[in-house]
Amino acid sequence: MFYREAGQFKTTYIADQELFPVKQDRWGLLIIIGFSFVVIPVVANDYWLQAILIPFLIFSLAALGLNLLTGYAGQLSLGTGGFMAVGAYSCYKLITIFPNTNVIVLILLSGFVAAGFGLIFGIPSLRIKGFYLAVATLAAQFFFEWLFARVGWFYNYNDSGAIEVPVRKVFDIAVTGPIATTEARYIVVLSIVTTLALIATNIVRGRIGRAWMAIRDMDIAAELIGIRPLYTKLIAFGISSYYAGVAGALYVFTYLGAAEVEVFDINISFEILFMVIIGGLGSISGAFFGSAFIVLIPILITNLPLILGIPINAATVEHFNFMIVGALIVLFLIFEPHGLAKIWSIMREKLRVWPFPY
Amino acid sequence: MPAQNNYPEIILSVDQINLSFGGVKALEDINFDIRKKEIFAIIGPNGAGKTSMLNVINGFYHPQHGEIRFKGLHRKQMRPHEAAVQGIARTFQNVALFKGMTTLNNIMSGRNLKMKSNIFWQALYYGPARKEEMENREVVEYIIDFLEIQSIRRTPVGKLPYGLQKRVELGRALAMEPDLLLLDEPMAGMNIEEKQDMCRFILDINEQFGTTIVLIEHDMSVVMDLSERMIVLDYGRKIAEGNPDEIRSNQKVIDAYLGVAHSN
Ligand SMILES: Nc1ncnc2c1ncn2[C@@H]1O[C@H](COP(=O)(O)OP(=O)(O)O)[C@@H](O)[C@H]1O
Ligand SMILES: [Mg+2]
Repeated sequence: MFYREAGQFKTTYIADQELFPVKQDRWGLLIIIGFSFVVIPVVANDYWLQAILIPFLIFSLAALGLNLLTGYAGQLSLGTGGFMAVGAYSCYKLITIFPNTNVIVLILLSGFVAAGFGLIFGIPSLRIKGFYLAVATLAAQFFFEWLFARVGWFYNYNDSGAIEVPVRKVFDIAVTGPIATTEARYIVVLSIVTTLALIATNIVRGRIGRAWMAIRDMDIAAELIGIRPLYTKLIAFGISSYYAGVAGALYVFTYLGAAEVEVFDINISFEILFMVIIGGLGSISGAFFGSAFIVLIPILITNLPLILGIPINAATVEHFNFMIVGALIVLFLIFEPHGLAKIWSIMREKLRVWPFPY
Repeated sequence: MPAQNNYPEIILSVDQINLSFGGVKALEDINFDIRKKEIFAIIGPNGAGKTSMLNVINGFYHPQHGEIRFKGLHRKQMRPHEAAVQGIARTFQNVALFKGMTTLNNIMSGRNLKMKSNIFWQALYYGPARKEEMENREVVEYIIDFLEIQSIRRTPVGKLPYGLQKRVELGRALAMEPDLLLLDEPMAGMNIEEKQDMCRFILDINEQFGTTIVLIEHDMSVVMDLSERMIVLDYGRKIAEGNPDEIRSNQKVIDAYLGVAHSN
């Protein structure tokens, strides 16, 4: 139907469609990735790695998954914790059944189990929307909490009821279990999160990402251009749950070391939803901003008074944390639904034209 | 070759369509044919059933009685998604764009059915996925040039003025490379200049791409200029059918529709 000027556009489009069309952005990202892999493991101490960076990366991954579903495809979910639990327990069962398989492979595989259940719990999304869908996803949350607490097979009938992570080595270096160093665990988490973040970026800028946003913005019009609502929403549930599942497996295998199902309760679902809202709905980098924020706020509230010499107890810290995060969520929802990611991009835009106002 | 004159001429026939909502009859015994490559108009006062007629054609409403035949295919019911696959595209009376997406992405989304690469290639953004993205992007860029909206390529459409939104919506429909394009009041709320542009685009689409167009429009001078044939609906019934001259001189039409202007 359309006349094409063969080849003429090609080179410009490839450049235009690049992940980061602006050279500074591309280099900026490469520098951040390089720095994270090379410099941080050398300079950061155990506290930074264990208390801040590892949980930050794992929560970023979970938030990224939820952002694909909620921010891009417009389907609200409160079941993130449940799907993280599926990932963690699947990984535990897989490592029991296949003790000699590379643990990183098992972590990545356990995401598929979560994805499968994500598909099943995504089916109601064809009929129900918004608040009601959120309630339906709560069913997933409570079902999995119940399942992993009550059915002994999932925790290998341990007396403690907890799953404990065995030592596993990759290239002769322990990456899970008590003897794994913080640095080794950090590198594993960083590799997986970086890879999955790049994949997410690819997905959202192609056909699937556009179909998600189309369903989110105007589902009727989306159907009229040939997008199938159920299929599109299910893909979102599947991929989102994959991310949650891998995050859940990493949470237990590379961060906690041992866990009961309570670590995946409804609170974690909300916490990850807050990260998405504060970081920015419909933004990959927003997931990282949001996670950094939620992880750092309590640390700041704990340490700031200490630095200033004001005594503060743990309960007060917790209260402050609730109040600040709560207030911020309300503010972001009202004033900047695109969150920190949007604020960052506005700042960057200003920086680019600086010192001229326009 | 007489056979060729019969079948391919008619791209869409509407046969005895009856549609009601509860007690309200929106369409009653509607019949008409649309010929391949023509610009066909549906006119009538507000609430006459024009939008409902388009909704029946693209599978959004399911009539209680009657049948639609598109490209020789009979059907009583189909999903909007199937209508899209069959080659029917449309725009809406109150713009139905994807507000959070840019102009470029809105129009790219119209290429959805043309893109087939699987999720694994898309995850890597490589091989077939990348190739397909570039090829479809070329088509979309052509449409952007055609509709003269280069400057708003990267603007989220929610931020665009109404007239431009209508243009982007036309672009999205065009990106589907439809055989039949349904336009529901494409010029509503536009100023004279924007209307002239839109008229030009409609004529060019029809001429350059050979797209059959069904148009709902209130501005009579526009309708008379653009369309070769039209039907007039009033209270869900077809009261007239013909070319602009026939419609202008039809007493029923003058009474029901143009009559309003006469009585002033
Ligand atoms: N979804 C619907 N539910 C109930 N009534 C409807 C619906 N769609 C259209 N109608 C009714 O059908 C009649 C025709 O409406 P419509 O097709 O929008 O008219 P037009 O586009 O000619 O102004 C009106 O009386 C309208 O109220
Ligand atoms: Mg109408």
